[in-house]
Amino acid sequence: MTARRVLNPVQRVAIFGGTHGNELSGVFLVNHWLKHGEEIARPGIEVRPFITNPGAVEKCVRYVDTDLNRVFDSENLRNENNLNLSYEVKRAQYINSIFGPKGSEDAYDVILDLHNTTSHMGATLILEDSKDDFTIQMFNYIKTSMAPLACSVLLIEHPRLKYATTRSIAKHPIGVEVGPQPQGVLRADVLDKMRRIIKHALDFINYFNDGKEFLPCILEVFKVLDNVAYPRNANGDCTAIIHNNLQDQDWKELKPGDPMFLTLDGRMIAYEGDCIVYPTFINEAAYYEKNQAFTTTQKMTLCAQAIRCTEPK
Amino acid sequence: MSPTVQCGAVSQVVVVGGTHGNEMSGVCLAKHWLQDPSELHRKSFTAEVLLANPIAVERCVRYIDRDLNRSFSHELLSASGSESDSYEAKRAREIYQKYGPKQSSLNFVIDLHNTTSNMGTTFLLFKGDNFALHLANYLQTKCVDPSFPCHILLIDIPEGGHVHLQSMGKHSVSLELGPQPQGVARADVLTRMRALVNCSLDFLDLFNQGTEFPSFETDVHQVLYRADFPRNEDGEIEAVIHSELQDKDYLPLKPGDPIFQRLNGEDILYNGEKQIYPVFINEAAYYEKKVAFIATEKTHCLVPALKVQN
Ligand SMILES: [Zn+2]
Ligand SMILES: [Zn+2]
Repeated sequence: MTARRVLNPVQRVAIFGGTHGNELSGVFLVNHWLKHGEEIARPGIEVRPFITNPGAVEKCVRYVDTDLNRVFDSENLRNENNLNLSYEVKRAQYINSIFGPKGSEDAYDVILDLHNTTSHMGATLILEDSKDDFTIQMFNYIKTSMAPLACSVLLIEHPRLKYATTRSIAKHPIGVEVGPQPQGVLRADVLDKMRRIIKHALDFINYFNDGKEFLPCILEVFKVLDNVAYPRNANGDCTAIIHNNLQDQDWKELKPGDPMFLTLDGRMIAYEGDCIVYPTFINEAAYYEKNQAFTTTQKMTLCAQAIRCTEPK
Repeated sequence: MSPTVQCGAVSQVVVVGGTHGNEMSGVCLAKHWLQDPSELHRKSFTAEVLLANPIAVERCVRYIDRDLNRSFSHELLSASGSESDSYEAKRAREIYQKYGPKQSSLNFVIDLHNTTSNMGTTFLLFKGDNFALHLANYLQTKCVDPSFPCHILLIDIPEGGHVHLQSMGKHSVSLELGPQPQGVARADVLTRMRALVNCSLDFLDLFNQGTEFPSFETDVHQVLYRADFPRNEDGEIEAVIHSELQDKDYLPLKPGDPIFQRLNGEDILYNGEKQIYPVFINEAAYYEKKVAFIATEKTHCLVPALKVQN
């Protein structure tokens, strides 16, 4: 006998664009849907498009004072010291008041947060919780629907690295990351992939609410292991860049001894870990200031139970 | 047959990075060469290195107050200057004081840029600068990389006169390499740029030592006009570069070819009368300048032979 989880229907969904103001696919799509909502409307569900960081969108920068996608922790969300709060922390509290409160019954059911990367990650779905069967089932549905186009899943559950993402206020937070696309640029191919992911996500929710049962499934994910820093000199300047053999090789295996960096005086620096890893976010523009050259992951498989909705409509 | 052009020997050469602070190939190379300039030494000269916009480099942005590469106008350089001036106007005057007056002692400027467009190796130079054309031609034949094919693009000089940093030099070229996102240093692009700079210095050294460079014919691209994105009444972009035009810099665009696509699936076609060659297609820095791409025409030119004046 197999277990089956019976879950409440999804009532409220938000689609966030512009959490990073220079990642233009989400900004463009959300602005479009704010005017033309038909495409994202599904019967019986409130689907709300929303620009999360309008100050950064206006200036076409990642953020104004601080990264909005890292401030949704309880400390920032509860901080009442109004005078000294950064633009993004104020904004986070406002977003939490509309779509949260984080961790409460009143929070939105699903938030789809739209991002771009300069890395060669293709269509990527970001999972925050390996026990979230509903989201695993959704990702499985999206992956199947996107095929033959690859769609990778990144699991950011980690004992030490805490993200405190904008979407984390929802019961089911979903990151959508599509690349490669330079900051401040809109590419038609990237836009199309992102748009299809959202269509499939909303279709899944629609089927689920309609009473369709999703059978147990397994999902291949890449689980975050660690971040790798750039080599730097005493002045803090980068002394090496991503090696050509690693550039654009997101999700492909990196073995001990494989080239990782190229120094400006022409030397190769090899990866010295003790096992095969799968790098991602390789050479992401926004991560230079975080001193992250790439993120290592390991491949693993998640299993989700069957799910269906409590009261089919 | 056209006569050989004679030019004086090149003594002062400046290699410039970080004119735009988020174009990382030039930024990384200039920073490296400031630490270790040995690579820039040649028999007849040693090139100097300039990090043109250090504050923009530090913040990894194109500029602080205004585009430095549009700040070398006679008007801005000759103004008396006040505290309230933009950072880039002040910086342009500093650079001018160091290397100017314009086009006197500074013989050659190599300014390093990146673009998000698929422009391979683009040599940006001024019309009539036969010396720079020779350098471009030398690189086109001696520094070949099929991943970054070479193109010559003539700089459109605004009506008010020169504004570009490279106009500081008697002769000059900007190396515009792409595609590369802003704020990212790709090894392939950096390695390519480094090879081009080295080969440029070799050319200048050979010239100084008396090598005669024969006359040649070449294609050059000349700007026709700038095309903006379709916009709604609020000025917001309504359509994106068509997937069939994206990454097609320097390829012919014929009347009736798609150039933009809307989210409702509608294509917008090129309705000009003659074939053009678009460049700077989907350049990130040009969104604020309201430029979706720059239309060029391809012309052919004959460049006379070149030799150093003894
Ligand atoms: Zn982002
Ligand atoms: Zn530039």
